[in-house]
Amino acid sequence: MHRTAYLLLADGRFPSGGHAHSSGLEAAVAAGRVTDLAGLEAFLHGRLSYAAPVTAAFTAATHLTAARMGRAPSATESDVKVPFLSLDRELEARTVSPALRLASRRQGRALLRAGRNTWPSELYGQLPKHPDGPHQPLALGVTTAAAGLSAEEAAQIAAYGVLTGPASAAVRLLGLDPYQVQNLLARMAGSCDEIAAAAAAVAHKSPQELPAHAAPLADISAELHATWEVRLFAS
Amino acid sequence: MRADHAYDHDESVPHTHPEPGVDPHPPLPQLDRAVRIGIGGPVGSGKTALVAALCRALAGELRLAVVTNDIYTTEDADFLKRAGVLDPSRIRAVETGCCPHTAIRDDISANLDAVEELEDALGPLDLVLVESGGDNLTATFSKGLVDQQIFVVDVAGGDKVPRKGGPGVTTADLLVINKTDLAPLVGADLAVMDRDARARRGTLPTIFQSIAQDPQASQVADWVRHVVAHAAGAHAHAHAGAH
Amino acid sequence: MRALARIVAEADGRGGTRLARLRGEPPLQLRHTPDGSATATVHLIGSAAGPLGGDDLRIEIEVGEGASLCVRSVAASIALPGRDGTPSRTTVTAVVAADGELRWLPEQLVAAAGCRHQATSTVELAGGARLLWREELICGRHDERPGDAVVSTSVDYDGAPLLRQSLTIGPGTPGWDGPAVLGGARATGSLLLVDPAAAPAPSAVLGATAVRMPLTGPATLVSATAPDAHVLRGYLDA
Repeated sequence: MHRTAYLLLADGRFPSGGHAHSSGLEAAVAAGRVTDLAGLEAFLHGRLSYAAPVTAAFTAATHLTAARMGRAPSATESDVKVPFLSLDRELEARTVSPALRLASRRQGRALLRAGRNTWPSELYGQLPKHPDGPHQPLALGVTTAAAGLSAEEAAQIAAYGVLTGPASAAVRLLGLDPYQVQNLLARMAGSCDEIAAAAAAVAHKSPQELPAHAAPLADISAELHATWEVRLFAS
Repeated sequence: MRADHAYDHDESVPHTHPEPGVDPHPPLPQLDRAVRIGIGGPVGSGKTALVAALCRALAGELRLAVVTNDIYTTEDADFLKRAGVLDPSRIRAVETGCCPHTAIRDDISANLDAVEELEDALGPLDLVLVESGGDNLTATFSKGLVDQQIFVVDVAGGDKVPRKGGPGVTTADLLVINKTDLAPLVGADLAVMDRDARARRGTLPTIFQSIAQDPQASQVADWVRHVVAHAAGAHAHAHAGAH
Repeated sequence: MRALARIVAEADGRGGTRLARLRGEPPLQLRHTPDGSATATVHLIGSAAGPLGGDDLRIEIEVGEGASLCVRSVAASIALPGRDGTPSRTTVTAVVAADGELRWLPEQLVAAAGCRHQATSTVELAGGARLLWREELICGRHDERPGDAVVSTSVDYDGAPLLRQSLTIGPGTPGWDGPAVLGGARATGSLLLVDPAAAPAPSAVLGATAVRMPLTGPATLVSATAPDAHVLRGYLDA
């Protein structure tokens, strides 16, 4: 594996549609729940505690399945398609908001497009077909495997993305001082590493046993956001 | 046309056209899909009005759809529908996360998805217009997203705009200088704009227009017809050659 | 304290439901409260404050083909800390056969200061089974910061995952009452409706912090946060 591949995929400039998603921050700002840096800090801690373990674990679990297939080319298609389908259904059952299911699949589709063009592989074609695309963690798991990264790195990129998406949206929506926001992200780095490591450590479990943390306002505000007439962010 | 307009669009407004038989563009690649034309330009330059005019002019002859990166309200959709311009099912709005230039240039995934969704939902299309969100003079479309792009500026933005250049003015396949009916009111010299545009753009075409006076944007519509026919011809040719 | 309660409901062959088994032990006491309908209703009667740290309470429910069971409780349960900091645990497992119906509508769970409570529910629905399942979690008693509580719900329908939710609250989890999770609300909960005979209702906004969402499968979930238990019940009444 190449360290540069890791950086490419983690980079916010990797063209996988992330800039259009605020991960609930636009709705939180509109509801007056996040107005300043302290509000963003509390928001990001919530995202890291609740969204990141699920996203990172499903990313790493998908990566393990994909990497297993990559190592054993003789594996039949069903060897990999069945676990992928199971991961897809388990993640679907953890994503109760239709708006969030759509946002996850749209981001997955965008990532798949970028991944396929950047690190071509047969693996992408094994993901379950869905008109809106694969769930983002599944797409990321396969892309990280195609890029030759490890499951730990896959989980780390997933957890990091959970933080940087809304942080970048906050700079745009609230005009927060970008240096202060970077300082906040740097202060959260240790927690982000821990969450990623914990997710990678459970990735070998059956999909049913993977984390299922729910954050009520994530679902509720995503549904409210989807009803807005005008949105700046897709989610 | 209203009699109180000082400018007669057809006679006194300078414009350049692609010369018949002389095409300044490289040939379009073989397309198994709709031709995609990007429409960009600064805020308020008349992108949405141009899209509406093109739909009015072309909806009867081409299977077309629109992706808009602009802030698009149900009021906008209702307006287009009521004006008989385009059914809402043929329009997709893309959220750009406050980054209009990123969505059309650096990370085009949401726009590509929207184009493909329209093609999946509506069947084969001849033309998809992709309207950018209002930005500044530096915004251009990625070649990964559109086949050709139109950059729209308006005379009210000042007659120095073509001289300022920027990638939109300089490299767009077609430059549209809009709202020529306002030129006398804002003291813009169209001849200066024409001279500067030629200097910036070489052989690339520029069209001066007023949608107030020409609600079908006839010259731009002709240019679009030419692009679509050209792509269809290239397509047919490529297919014929394959046999 | 360890306790096991068991309820087995069967169709009585006359359009009603009989309780083939109804067994509890302190502090899990059960009482059949017939109301003349085709549904058998059972109330959980808390015989002590709790669950207390160290408690391990299990409830097992079986609903047979064509039977209809409703389980309620007479009062909120209050998760309290034990002497030595050991966690308390409540585990509910339910199996509902085809054309069976389970309505699980207990009163709230209150996470009192210092508690360490884990509530885990696992529901297996056969194809054609119906379910109404309410969870309400109150963060602390009056003017009190809660302890740590985890409420996990796992529902399978016809062998496939339908709902997997685990809500963690309390000081052990950074951001738990912040703008991404509860936004300072003291009460939160959900009401799951599984009804294969009806088309899932579309998404709907029920209030500023309450929505109804169709799941992937024959189900809808109402999810809400609220300033108190009373307002929450307004969203989740069934």
